Amino acid sequence: MAMLKVTDLKVNYGIIPALKGISFEVNEGEVIALIGANGAGKTTTLHTVTGLIPSAGGKIEFLGKDITLTPPHQIVKMGMAHVPEGRRVFPDMTVYQNLMLGAYTRKNAAEKEASLELVYSRFPRLKERTKQLAGTLSGGEQQMLAMGRALMSHPRIILMDEPSMGLSPIYVNEIFDIIEKVSSEGTTVLLVEQNARKALSIADRAYVLETGSITTIGQADALLHDDAIRKAYLGE
Amino acid sequence: MVSFFTNLINGLSLGSIYAIIAIGYTMVYGIAKMLNFAHGDIIMVGAFIAYTVISTFKLPVWLGIVAAVIVCTCLGVAIEKIAYKPLRKASSPLAVLITAIGVSYFLQNSALLIFGSDPKMFSSVVPFGNLTIGPLQIPGTTIVSIVVSLVLVGALQLFINKTKPGQAMLACAQDRDAASLMGISVNGTITLTFAIGSAMAAIAGVLLCSAYPTLSPTTGAMPGIKAFVAAVFGGIGSIPGAMIGGLLLGIIEILSRSYISSQLSDAIVFSVLILVLLVRPTGIMGKVIQEKV
Repeated sequence: MAMLKVTDLKVNYGIIPALKGISFEVNEGEVIALIGANGAGKTTTLHTVTGLIPSAGGKIEFLGKDITLTPPHQIVKMGMAHVPEGRRVFPDMTVYQNLMLGAYTRKNAAEKEASLELVYSRFPRLKERTKQLAGTLSGGEQQMLAMGRALMSHPRIILMDEPSMGLSPIYVNEIFDIIEKVSSEGTTVLLVEQNARKALSIADRAYVLETGSITTIGQADALLHDDAIRKAYLGE
Repeated sequence: MVSFFTNLINGLSLGSIYAIIAIGYTMVYGIAKMLNFAHGDIIMVGAFIAYTVISTFKLPVWLGIVAAVIVCTCLGVAIEKIAYKPLRKASSPLAVLITAIGVSYFLQNSALLIFGSDPKMFSSVVPFGNLTIGPLQIPGTTIVSIVVSLVLVGALQLFINKTKPGQAMLACAQDRDAASLMGISVNGTITLTFAIGSAMAAIAGVLLCSAYPTLSPTTGAMPGIKAFVAAVFGGIGSIPGAMIGGLLLGIIEILSRSYISSQLSDAIVFSVLILVLLVRPTGIMGKVIQEKV
C-alpha cells in the first residue's frame, strides 16, 4: 500500500485551473521527485497535500486515511512534514525557538531533546548559532534550519519544496547530501525541484508536471537518460 | 515641583491603563491581522459587569472583578467566532474592519438597552485611600493601576516567551502558513489571543472606572481610540511598543491637561501622534518593512 496516494487531484485559482486532475503515489522509503517548469503546479501540489490550499476535487490519502479535508496542523501530527518554498523560517525567533516549534506536536521532552541532538549533529552550523535570530542567517543556513525544523516533528514523510533555490553550488551539494542521508535513515521524501538533474540523481522515481498535468512517470535513472527529458529539463 | 510629580504619576497611572488596553489591540492586530475597533467597548462591558456585581448585588469586590474578566473573555471569544472568523478569508480586509465598527455599536447599544443612558457612579475597587510619600499625595487607585499593569505585562511576556501557546502566538504573528505546518492550530491561537486581550480589557475597565468613576455605555469609546493611538504610536504589533505608547500617551494627556488646556488635551495627544508618525511611520518600536524587489 502506498504511504501517500493522490488520486485525480484538482485545484483552481479563481477560474484558472492550476492542477487538472493529477494522480501519483509515494511508497514507504522512496525518494520521489516532482519536476517541471515554473508555474507547472509543483508547489500547488505540495500545498494541497498538506492542506494549505483547498482542492476542487480528487482525493488525498496518507497512511490509508483520507486527508483531503484535514487542516494542516492535524496532518503534521499524523507524521507529514513540509519544508516550504522560500524556507519560511520565523525570522524574529532564534534558531533554537524555530527548532522547538518544529517539535510543537510532540509531548515527550526526552524525545524532543534527542531529536534536537540529532538535528544539531546533522547541521553543526545550526548548533553554533542556536541563539541567533533566524532572519539574520544566510540563505543556505535558513534552508538547513527549515529542514531541521521539519525533522524535529520526527516525520514519516517529508515534503521539500525547492530546497536548492537561490543557493550557491556548495550549499546545493550539501543540502542534497542531507536529503540522501535523511532518506537512508528511513524517512520517505517527496521532493519538488527545478534543478531536475540533481533531483533525478537522488530520486528513485519521478513524475514530470506540465501546466497542471502529469505527463511523464518513470524511474529516475531512466528519465536522466531520456532524450525528451534531457532536452526539456536538463538543458541539453 | 510637587504638583509636577503628582501630574507625572497620574499620567503614568492613566498611561498604564491605556497600555493594558493597547496591548490587547496590538496582540489582536499582530496575530489576527485586524483592527478590533470593538476592543474599547469590551472595557465598558467589563466595568458594567463589575458595577452590577459589586454595587447592585452587593457582592464582594474580588467577585466583581473575576466576573468581569470571565464575561469579557467569553464575549471576546464569541465576537471573534461569530463576527470575525467567517470573514477571515474575505477578499477585502475592509469587510472585517467595518464589522468591527458594527460590533462596537452593537455593544454600546446593548448596554444602553440593559443599563440605561444615565451615568452610574462606579465605586473604586481599591480599598485604601491616598498614600503619602514625602510631600506627595498619591491616590491608591493610581498606585494599583501602575502595579497591576506592570504585573500583567510581566506575566504576558513570560507567557509568550516561555510557554508553547505563547510561542505559537509569536509564530502565527510572523507566518501563519508556516505556523500551521508546525502543527499549530491558527484558529485556536487567534481565539486564545482574543481571550487574553479581552480579559486584560476587563481589568482595564475596572481600573479606569475606579480612577474616573462615571460609567455609561460610551465609557469605552474614547479610551479605546486612545489605546489604538498608543498601539500605533508604539508600533502596531509590538507589545513593548504598546506599553511605551500607552505610558507616553497618558503622561502627555495629563501634562497637557494641567499645563496647557484641559479642552485641548485630546487634540494635543493626536497632534503628537501625527508628529511621531511623520518622523517614524512604523511607530517607536515598529519594524521598518522592507519592500521586496
